[in-house]
Amino acid sequence: MPGPGGSLGVHRKAWYAQVPMTANGSPYAPHADADREAMLSAVGADDEEALFDIPDDVRFDGEFGIEARGERAVRSLVDRTLSANDDLVELLGRGHYDHYVPSMVDHLSDRSEFLTSYTQYQPEVAQGFLQALFEYQSMLVELTGLGVANCSMYDAATALGEAATLATRVRSTSGSRVLVPERLQEGRRRVLDNYVSGHDLAVETYPMDDGTADVEALASLADEETVLVYAETPTVRGAIEERADEIGTLADDHDAMFVLGSDPVALSVLEEPASLGADVVVGDAATLGVPTAYGMGIGLFACREGYLRQVPGRLVGAAEDDTGRRAYTLTLQTREQHIRRERATSNICTNQAWVALRTAMHAAWLGPDGLVELAGDCVERARELAARVDDVDGVRAPVHDRHHFREFVARTDRPAPAVADDLEAAGYAVHVVGDHEIQLCTTETNEDALDGFVAALREIAR
Amino acid sequence: MTDDTDPETFAYDQARWTDDDERYEPLLSEKNTEAVEVETSLPDELTRDELELPSLSEPELARHYTRLSEMNYGVDSGPFPLGSCTMKYNPKFTEDVAVHPEGLVHPDRSADTVQGTLRLQYELQNYLGRIGGMDAVTLQPPAGAAGELTGILVAREYHRADDDDRSEVIVPESAHGTNFASAAMAGYDVVTLPGGEDGRVDLEALEAALSEETAALMLTNPNTLGLFERDIVEIAEMVHDVGGLLYYDGANLNALLGRARPGDMGFDIMHYNVHKTFATPHGGGGPGAGPVGVTAELAEFLPDPHVRRVSRSDTDRSSGQSPREGSDGTYERYTPDNSIGKLHGYAGNWLVLVKTFAYIARLGDEGLADASAKAVLNANYLAEQLEYEVPFGPFHHEFVASAGEQDAADAAKRMLDYGVHPPTTKWPEIVEEALMTEPTEAETKRSLDQLAAAFNAVRGDNGETLETAPERAAAGRIDQVAAARDPELSWQALDEK
Repeated sequence: MPGPGGSLGVHRKAWYAQVPMTANGSPYAPHADADREAMLSAVGADDEEALFDIPDDVRFDGEFGIEARGERAVRSLVDRTLSANDDLVELLGRGHYDHYVPSMVDHLSDRSEFLTSYTQYQPEVAQGFLQALFEYQSMLVELTGLGVANCSMYDAATALGEAATLATRVRSTSGSRVLVPERLQEGRRRVLDNYVSGHDLAVETYPMDDGTADVEALASLADEETVLVYAETPTVRGAIEERADEIGTLADDHDAMFVLGSDPVALSVLEEPASLGADVVVGDAATLGVPTAYGMGIGLFACREGYLRQVPGRLVGAAEDDTGRRAYTLTLQTREQHIRRERATSNICTNQAWVALRTAMHAAWLGPDGLVELAGDCVERARELAARVDDVDGVRAPVHDRHHFREFVARTDRPAPAVADDLEAAGYAVHVVGDHEIQLCTTETNEDALDGFVAALREIAR
Repeated sequence: MTDDTDPETFAYDQARWTDDDERYEPLLSEKNTEAVEVETSLPDELTRDELELPSLSEPELARHYTRLSEMNYGVDSGPFPLGSCTMKYNPKFTEDVAVHPEGLVHPDRSADTVQGTLRLQYELQNYLGRIGGMDAVTLQPPAGAAGELTGILVAREYHRADDDDRSEVIVPESAHGTNFASAAMAGYDVVTLPGGEDGRVDLEALEAALSEETAALMLTNPNTLGLFERDIVEIAEMVHDVGGLLYYDGANLNALLGRARPGDMGFDIMHYNVHKTFATPHGGGGPGAGPVGVTAELAEFLPDPHVRRVSRSDTDRSSGQSPREGSDGTYERYTPDNSIGKLHGYAGNWLVLVKTFAYIARLGDEGLADASAKAVLNANYLAEQLEYEVPFGPFHHEFVASAGEQDAADAAKRMLDYGVHPPTTKWPEIVEEALMTEPTEAETKRSLDQLAAAFNAVRGDNGETLETAPERAAAGRIDQVAAARDPELSWQALDEK
């Protein structure tokens, strides 16, 4: 691995040769010469260097070897670099989804009063953001049926990890078993492993049956040592979990926390988690508000009111100001790291506040009608595409005899990696999830390309 | 004509949208809510009966969110000298760069088809490595605290690889709260290190705290008082002598760009707060990103996947294919040999990292060094203009003034009336009624003069004025104690009242 001063110098030259250079100082440090002189004189220094109190033995007098560039040149550099990405139609999902984000979300969330603000430690000048976060929390309360939703975790995986550590704080037994489905998006499982690694918790898997939980197997695995049972709807295979209520009952029978993974679009039509017995809901709320973004999301985290004092992350509450009007503030901060330090409920500080703002905007733009329609489309589109793909020689779909949401698994006669490679060459990206299994995801953003996809699959699958 | 010494002449009133005596701007739910019957092709037992949420048109929403934005203060509204938070100006062009359509790809795309994205990741890894003096950098941690957890997990796996189950992480008492919490999340006992008189590390106290149980010492430099740890080389030796690792909290890196590098000081692990040092917007509390740099010895423990470049000749040999025109190698993801695994479901807050790349590429060596120079000049100049007592100094990026007889929190509220955001208050505790102030390089002399005038005016204000402030913000003084006593965290909770 090249070190800081290693082979990069040579590499840099080749890459940057075509880019015109500009600028000396920072264009964002706007100091006129006369002002600089006056300021130096006021502090009694000849130049800025005199102000740095750094011993010689650790003084860095080298260069990073990074050229300054004009704004246009940087944009063109990134343009040219990203143009090396292939322009593929993506039929990819498995936890990161692409829905159309209305322009309104970009234009209003980009208002710099929002974008350039800090965490709301001075609530009197941050009422706008606080209210938007309060509205975000409220929307999730409606969607989950649970009493409390926080301002965000980083993503679905870290939200699941935080749910497990919450279990250690509210468990009524000395148990340590965390049961998760054997099929889980890899990142979620591996982040969970890291989050529990500092606690006396052990993650174990339970089998799946035809794309959803094998509830009988789960029942035989769950015992008094079980503190958490995790299930998803839709599952990582795109199937809607039909027996979530039985899992909830099963968890409850063992005094274990039932954590359900989902997302706000699916929750717009699926039975609300609270009535299924869920104690905590986690997931990626960026299915609303953020397009495909190389995995950037926002961790949805909602839970029963009984856990309120143990919730990780920030919470916005209603308050009153000295005029007697309703206002908003960050609240119950004694749970948090800046006050409670090593006994905090989590180390999280900066979270995904601005993404929460965008998620709330997108949900508000859709409204209840739009959300129900979008979610209904996720069911219909997956069903229609599965039927069309099933019609192709050499492919059977869906593999699971379940209702699907956005995505489904298809079986291919040819080895799946070969099918996926050929599809990639034809301009389509799909998941390989088994030796003879590919997974396909469809939303409104790729539906116009599905005729071409099915035609290509017809050529490739035989 | 404004008088830069009289804040009354440049104070501004934040928009206050007063709907009635009960509330300011109504909630979305109060404007219009509808309950919609849920009908889908799914069996009824799988679906909810109805969904009840706000239902408003786009013009109504545009006005709602515009009004809310006007009730919010950001860096673009005025000075934001929040100590330890580095609220510098966020260049606008980076927003456009981040959402380049060709970069908006799914994380599960094969490496062959996202060479541009992998290349940006690789180049940013290397930019950060050079800036911090580190040999390898992961971009995965989605925030500074996540970076801390990543770094401490790297330290833990490093020790465990030697069958060494150390149990303690040492954290100075003046450290950021996240340091303590992150070490605890990794399962460590936290040993709090008392500070010396000037907040610097007390070497005797450190000697007493260090042992063969020490997995790591977490430190920031310059410290929260803006003072450089002059004994850093000795500190590193002491930690290394007991077999521990030295961790650098990157929160204060803006003070050192181009003048000192954590890697050269003996730090083994560091995180970068890109939303501080590299000007990505804070967004009201994220998304940020907390890349972690390590020495060559620790690179094998970094999160999975890491990105590396494969030279053209390697590619030719392995695949027999000719490389792409104009490229000088290909990029691939790989799993470091003893990887700690994952800290984010995918590749972290990627769009934030693209902004980081753009900022660094815009400034280059000279710009980065200039940013630090002006940040340090601004802090010292502002400290010089204040009538509040400012102990210690000279400073790097920030200083801590004392509000003296005043309550620092009240003083902060009063500053809001003068159109500036106040400093961090009551921390670090080493200074009585602390006003921890970090103006950043973004402020001009005139802006600093106005900021100083605001501080000085507040110093002259009497007790009652302070206690009833602010008067000109979007809301009056908020009772946070009452809010915590009876938490109402949703509009549903308000309706139940």
